[in-house]
Formats: sequence, structure tokens, C-alpha cells
Amino acid sequence: MEAVFLTFILMLSIFVGFELINKVPATLHTPLMSGANAISGITVVGAVALAGTGRGDLANWLGALAVALASINVVGGYMVTDRMLAMFKKRGG
Amino acid sequence: MANEQIGIQLAYVVAAALFIFGLKFLGSPATARRGNQISAVGMLLAVVAALMDQGIVDYSYIFAGFIIGGAIGAAASRLVQMTAMPEMVALFNGFGGLASLCVGIAAVGASAGTFTLFTVVLSILIGGVTFTGSIIAWGKLSEKLGNLKALPNQKMVSFAVVGGLVVFSLLFIAFPGGDLWLLLLVALALAFGVLLVIPIGGADMPVVISLLNSYSGLAACAAGFAINNNILIVAGSLVGASGIILTQIMCKAMNRSLSNVLFSGFADPVEAAAAIEGEVKPLSVEDAFYVLEAATSVAIIPGYGMAVAQAQHVVNELRELLEKNGAEVVFGIHPVAGRMPGHMNVLLAEADVPYDLLLEMDEINPRMDTVDVAIVIGANDVVNPAAREVESSPIYGMPVINVDNARTVFVLKRSMASGFAGIDNPLFFKDNTRMIFGDAKETITGLIREFD
Repeated sequence: MEAVFLTFILMLSIFVGFELINKVPATLHTPLMSGANAISGITVVGAVALAGTGRGDLANWLGALAVALASINVVGGYMVTDRMLAMFKKRGG
Repeated sequence: MANEQIGIQLAYVVAAALFIFGLKFLGSPATARRGNQISAVGMLLAVVAALMDQGIVDYSYIFAGFIIGGAIGAAASRLVQMTAMPEMVALFNGFGGLASLCVGIAAVGASAGTFTLFTVVLSILIGGVTFTGSIIAWGKLSEKLGNLKALPNQKMVSFAVVGGLVVFSLLFIAFPGGDLWLLLLVALALAFGVLLVIPIGGADMPVVISLLNSYSGLAACAAGFAINNNILIVAGSLVGASGIILTQIMCKAMNRSLSNVLFSGFADPVEAAAAIEGEVKPLSVEDAFYVLEAATSVAIIPGYGMAVAQAQHVVNELRELLEKNGAEVVFGIHPVAGRMPGHMNVLLAEADVPYDLLLEMDEINPRMDTVDVAIVIGANDVVNPAAREVESSPIYGMPVINVDNARTVFVLKRSMASGFAGIDNPLFFKDNTRMIFGDAKETITGLIREFD
């Protein structure tokens, strides 16, 4: 039943994603991609639980590696997107 | 469900809502920055909630990961040049894929239900392909890998790898606890990523980078299934959808199907079509200045060459001078100009060109016949009239910016070498076309000097 429930969530979020992204203008496609990079760093949430089991075994190390990699995406992705979006100015604005 | 678990799940719901609002605000340049900040708040909330999990007994690994990853990410985001954004996004796609691969592997021990194992396989496959594929893409974009082409017998090798992936996946699911199958799966997934991207050429990179962007989201999604986590599924599928839409836009802008982009590296090169009649007419910077001085309407069409020459700042200076001289200046941006979606827009924004002057192809084409001078800077295939006129051309049918409809066309170009697609461009031989040879940045600096 759990699997069905998760698939339900998957389907709905894909539809929401399509609706939202279709409205992003072409001029913002690069910030959209780097912003998406940051969001895909959500893996950090899963990695945190695996890195913290305290067993000191493979799962711990893999988890720590995943936390580090995903943190690069989260921190780097949001910061570089912000840097780019700060440069977009309207005429006279 | 314990109270603290309910609290965590509710925080995930709020985080998902913030991601969705963040993407919604990306719908306009005026609100986009706020949208990105809202999305970041959602991420912070999700991470804090995850840290509240009572199952965590040791925080040392977690914080070591945070500090190392965060420091690298922060440094990279500050140091990267805007011209190098495609490389950075490619690398980040790869890191996302590798993170999901790690989570997938680490999740094997937690549970061994058939469905979980199936999703573990998916996160290893998608994560592994995303990781090595992105590393190859990064190498191609930064020209560290030179001109890698498809391996000899690549088709056979690829089929063997896909066959191996299917067999080992089944074995892994059928016999849980088989570390050998797991290792083989990881190795083949990594190999498959390399095979997938190696044959693809530089001009097709906007498609590849969008596709890998999508995969990095789908990998997070699969990892979410593997560890039963809603927020990974929601956020991962938002990214997946975003990448798929961009991939579609890029493919449409090249009039090619995704499979054609991915697999045409195996095909034999098309023989050159009929020779083009006509004569190339070079123009000096000085004469170009006289034409520009008299122009009342100018359109600038940038391409990857502008990024290579780092000419975006002088282009903006030229725009300001032309406007001071009474001309109306707009920019025409083709969806696949550059190496990633929106590449040109970011470079021009960096150089302080207002974004309302950046017109999409469909906006600029109808008004092209009222343009006095169209200046093509480092673009080739995206302004090639062969796409409309020459049925035998490999790019026939691709939508292009019709600069040849302008009264005069200036093409700033290093030499007469053909574009990345290796296709002749009849634009250079048209009656109203003038070629200004040389480095784009130097040429434009020369024009600016003439204005002073």
C-alpha cells in the first residue's frame, strides 16, 4: 500500500512540475537549471538519516559522502542562482 | 506514528509547498530572485526537520559532510564565471546523481522488500548514469576531454552493457544480499553514463545538459522511493519535470527528436550538399561604423562565439552608444544559442543589458524586415537560412532567426570555418551580408572606438 501511496505523490508532483515550469520564460532557463540543481540536493534529507546511524560502517560513510555531495548542490545551487538573478534588470529599473 | 515523526512529516509538507511557490515565482524575472529565496527556505526547513529524526545517534558524519560540501558549494558559486555556467551546472547534475547513488546503496541494508530493492536498482541506475554522464559532459564543455567520439563498435558495447544491467538487476532483486550483483550494477551504470554522452557533440550539449538535469531529479525521486521519503519524491519529480520540459524545448528548437540527438553520433556524417553560389563580401570596421551610424534599428544575435570571446560587456557598450545615436537596439536569442538553455540571457544580464531587450526567436522574426542592421556575433547554425531553403541540408526544418530578412547583415566571425554542425552557411554569401573577420571582442571594441 505504501508503494501505491508514494506513486500517487509522484504522479501529482510531476503534473504540478509541468504546469509550473512551462510558465518559466526562456530568459530564465539558466537560473531555472541551477535552481533545479539546488532542489535536487534534497537527497541530503535522505543522506542525513543514513549518515547518522552511528554504526561506523559502509552506510555511515556512504551517507556522509552523500551529505557532502548534496550540500554542494544545495549551497552552491542556491547561491549561484541568487547571484545570477540579481543581475537581471529591467530597463530603467 | 510518534509525535516527532508527525512533526517531521508536516515540515516536509510545508517545504514542498515552499518549493512549489519558489518555482511559481520563477515565472517572471521581476519575482524570480524572491522565488529562489523561498525555495531555499523550504530546503532549510526540510534539512532541519530531517536532523530532528530520533534515529540519528551520531551527528559527526553529518556535520562533516555539511561543512565540507557547503564550503565547496559556496566557494564554487562565488568563483564561477558566467561563461562557465554550463560546466558548473553539468558538474552539479553529476554530484546530485552520485549522492542519490550513495543513498540507494546505503538503503540496501535497511529493508529488503522486492519493491524497495527495485527502487534501489533504479536509484543506482539513474544516479550512476547521471554521475558519469555529467562528468563527460563537463569535460566536453570545458574542453578538457578534447574531441571524444563514439568508441569503435559502440553499438555492440552499449547493447552488452544494457543486457548486463537487466540481468544483474534481476539477480540483485531475486537474491537479496548479493553484494557481487550490487557492485556489478554500480559499475555498469557508471559505464553506461559514459557511453551515453561520449558520442554527443558540442552543439548538442544544451539537450544533454537538460536531460542530465532531469535525471538528477529522477535519481533523487528513486532514492526517495528506496527510503520511503515523500519530500525526496516531490522535490525530485519537480526537478525531473523541469529537465524534461527544457529537453523538449531544446529538441524542438533544433527540429530533432531526442533519440536523434542521443544516437546520431553513431551515424555516418552527411555528405555536403550542393555548392553555394555567390561571393563573400568582407567589410572593414571603419565601413561597418558608417553603416551603423546611419541605422535606426539594430538587432544583435549572439551565439556561443560571444561567450568564447567574452564579448558580452563590449556588446553592451556598443548597445549604449547606438541608443545614444538614436537607434533602437534589440537582441534576438535562439533557444539553442550557447551551451545550455538561457546561456546568452545570463551573459547579457551580467553585462547589464536589460532583460526586456532580449527577444525570443518568435518575437524577433516577424519584425526582422524592419531592422536596418542585424549583427550576428559568434552564431552560425541558429541563423543559417539553409534551414529554410536547402532541403538536403542536415538542419533543414530547424527554426532559425531570419537575419537575412534584415536590410544589412553583419557577421562577426573569426574565419570562414563552418559551425559546430559542420554545415555550410549560405547566409555568408547573400547579397545583403557583410563579413567582419576577426575576434568578436576586438571588432566590437574597434566599432566603439569609431563612435568616440
